[in-house]
Amino acid sequence: MPDGTPQGPEGDRIEATVRAVLTSMAGDLTAKESALLAELEGLGRTIARAKAEIAALQVEDIRDAHIPSATDELDAIVDHTAHATNEILDCCETLEQMQAELSGDAADKLQGAVTRIYEACSFQDITGQRIGKVVTALKAIEARISAIVSAASGMPGPEAPPVVAAKPLDESRTEGQKLANGPQLPGAGVSQSEIDRLLASFD
Amino acid sequence: MDKNINVLIVDDYRTMLRIIRNLLKQLDFNNVDEAVDGQEALAKLRAGNFGLVISDWNMAPMTGLDLLKEVRADQRLKNMPFIMITAESKTENVVAAKQAGVSNYIVKPFNAETLREKIEKVLVHA
Repeated sequence: MPDGTPQGPEGDRIEATVRAVLTSMAGDLTAKESALLAELEGLGRTIARAKAEIAALQVEDIRDAHIPSATDELDAIVDHTAHATNEILDCCETLEQMQAELSGDAADKLQGAVTRIYEACSFQDITGQRIGKVVTALKAIEARISAIVSAASGMPGPEAPPVVAAKPLDESRTEGQKLANGPQLPGAGVSQSEIDRLLASFD
Repeated sequence: MDKNINVLIVDDYRTMLRIIRNLLKQLDFNNVDEAVDGQEALAKLRAGNFGLVISDWNMAPMTGLDLLKEVRADQRLKNMPFIMITAESKTENVVAAKQAGVSNYIVKPFNAETLREKIEKVLVHA
């Protein structure tokens, strides 16, 4: 992978020229200047090595295989849980039809159990939104890695995706979009009882 | 409380629409229609005769908050009871919804009792 340093005969010619210039200057430099020059040479080599190492990270694998694979797996999780949840809901609806054939305590118990299943099934919405946030984060990481490698190599790779902002500019978004952050981690959001108190404080 | 009113539920997750519809059915609300984002909901509200909106927040292209603002700005719909059911649980979200005129706010995941309680509250005050 190119690291921005000229390769082949041209590179050899430049290196030879630089060495010749430095050698010719050596006698004219003070000890302090020579030390500084050596430091600069060392710094240049370190930068070149870092660029080569970054370029060797095989970012194409991350961009073309790892991240698409990870996002596909996450999409599959959402699809499978949605499918499973709908199967559960099918069963619940069948049970509710059977409830009409029951009476008294048995009917109430069945209704209560079905209600609890409905409540539990709402997990699918929350997990879907959480996974969506992870996919967005992965895509942002992919774009940033590509940008870093392109900058380090000095060659904006033709297949490198353009670096885009993680979110559209604030000016073009509505208040509803700006405040749409998805589910919060435990402890980060407010509870239903806190929301009730907050709403009551407006009355 | 009139349970024969038309209720519009709005959510981009079909599974959640189905769950809310079934919970409403348990509460004897049988006239329920669905929309998958604010734009579709607004078109249905303007064309129909609804007595309650239950909406998610995080939808595209039109969010629940933006739908709420459109409803409150519409001369015919401005007094429509509007309950937000959402995973958005930051204080700033609740405050923004209240300032936009939300009737009540339920955070996901929620239980059937909370849904019943909030519906009763907003319909009694409607």
